[in-house]
Amino acid sequence: MLSVRGLSVRYGRSVRALESVDVEVGGDAVLAVLGGNGAGKSTLLRAVSGTLKLHGGSVTAGEITFDGRRIDRLDPALVVRQGVVAVPEGRQVFARMTVEENLRAGGLGARSASTRASSRERVRQLFPVLAERAGQRAGLLSGGEQQMLAIGRALMSDPKLLLLDEPSLGLAPQMVGRIARIIREIHEQGTAVVLVEQNATMALQVADRAAVLEVGRIALAGSAAELAASDDVQRLYLGGHAESQAQAESEEAEARAHRGRKVLSRWAG
Amino acid sequence: METFVQLVVNGLGKGAVYALLALGFVVIFKATEVVNFAHGSLVLVGGYLVYALKDSMGWIGAAVVGIVSAALAGLVLERLLAGARNADHNGLALLTIGVDVIITEEIVRRIGADIPFIGDPYDSQPIQIAGLTIFRTQSIALVVGAVLITAFFLAFRFSSWGVAMRAQAENREAAALMGIRSSRVTATAWLVAGALAGVAVLFMATQDFSGAGLGRGTHAIALIAFPAAILGGLDSTAGAVVGGLVVGLTEALSAQYISFEFSKSAVFLVMLLVLVIRPSGLFGTKELSRV
Ligand SMILES: Nc1ncnc2c1ncn2[C@@H]1O[C@H](COP(=O)(O)OP(=O)(O)OP(=O)(O)O)[C@@H](O)[C@H]1O
Ligand SMILES: [Mg+2]
Repeated sequence: MLSVRGLSVRYGRSVRALESVDVEVGGDAVLAVLGGNGAGKSTLLRAVSGTLKLHGGSVTAGEITFDGRRIDRLDPALVVRQGVVAVPEGRQVFARMTVEENLRAGGLGARSASTRASSRERVRQLFPVLAERAGQRAGLLSGGEQQMLAIGRALMSDPKLLLLDEPSLGLAPQMVGRIARIIREIHEQGTAVVLVEQNATMALQVADRAAVLEVGRIALAGSAAELAASDDVQRLYLGGHAESQAQAESEEAEARAHRGRKVLSRWAG
Repeated sequence: METFVQLVVNGLGKGAVYALLALGFVVIFKATEVVNFAHGSLVLVGGYLVYALKDSMGWIGAAVVGIVSAALAGLVLERLLAGARNADHNGLALLTIGVDVIITEEIVRRIGADIPFIGDPYDSQPIQIAGLTIFRTQSIALVVGAVLITAFFLAFRFSSWGVAMRAQAENREAAALMGIRSSRVTATAWLVAGALAGVAVLFMATQDFSGAGLGRGTHAIALIAFPAAILGGLDSTAGAVVGGLVVGLTEALSAQYISFEFSKSAVFLVMLLVLVIRPSGLFGTKELSRV
């Protein structure tokens, strides 16, 4: 379905955000992409959805194909027409427009009026709260509601692949659980999902497969269960074994020192 | 009292014309974040075609050609700016100044010593009602302005074009991720702005409006759309309309009660006053978002 090969990305002349990254997403899976701040997770999604240019970035090597077609040179609006839709970091709902208008904007990229109608029904069922708030300005919704709106809006064009950038950011645990269930449900309805997260606990519960990005490279990849069991992921992202905050921090520092070499020797193909 | 009523009607008529110009200006700014200093030359392009064609093809046909040409001129300018990929918004604004000078000079040169007026069907035919004398040009401008502005707001609020415009104005990246093609939104913004300028000039280059014929005089009047847009709030469509009306009224009232010479400065004084009190203009953006 989505295939990223040898992808390198730069911002401006000097910032190298990704170095030969390979990622494969099948139609039947939720792929989680984990990684710390600045690892390049958002950059990966921007490269796929074609919005790098808006951030002053560009693809310097590699290619991205979706269902066999190159999409790395397409205008973002045309990537949407191919069926790949992203929910950007920080939700970015249209704050001054109503909830209803936000959903309408999402439907502008739909391939036909009939898919738009069926998507609307799907969004209504997944997010009943959005129907209750239809006439309200999106900027006045709570963070969780905004996240639901951002996901609902993206579903309005009936994507084949949904890219989510840190949907759990800034949400209370209960809301994180709710979003996780919704992501699972979206996937069961037949939409493939790439889930970028710092919240590894949540991501590994939702995902079938997972990859870990470390400073611009894929450091680990495998099934979600394998990664959840891996020591590195336990230590760095799940907070396993750590008895106290201090211990967690010192372990993280220690792991950081070893990480690159150790991890890559085990996983790099 | 009678003078006052006359002034208000005439002022609102002028205000409607300024509102059309300011609205186009704001639409371009919202879609592209570029301040279009070439708005006055779009006005002249439309006016020039009416002037050149009205004798051969009749006024109505010429007016239609003028409006369409002003719209297309907007589109050409848009393509030109799109070609200057590496320029930032300030660079692009400077570019529009250059374009403005070139187009204005060329049209002024072509018109030569003539001072054409192009409002044939209504110019210099005042209406007398109940002892009041009202300029026909301003009254028709008020009606046409009201119709076009209403149509604009309906489209802006309810049509897919309006949703796409507002989405892009608010968040370019999110709009692109919705499958909204930014180049199309931008192109339609320039088309609409050009067409509105093409309508506005039909009333501006008249005896009634100011006595300034097509040429530098009209161009100077078009510049009044800037304070109108700015005092309304550069990114507010409603602000453009209110700003236009405020400017039209200020001009008409100060010309009568203070002096004609002072009326142009009065417009800018009002703008400065508004900006001192509200730096983002009367209706400029204030953040609603919680995030
Ligand atoms: N617009 C930009 N201009 C320059 N450098 C950038 C830009 N965006 C990101 N970067 C850099 O690229 C690298 C990857 O950033 P990216 O935003 O993809 O990380 P991330 O994994 O999404 O991090 P986070 O979890 O904090 O969102 C970082 O070093 C960052 O500083
Ligand atoms: Mg990020």
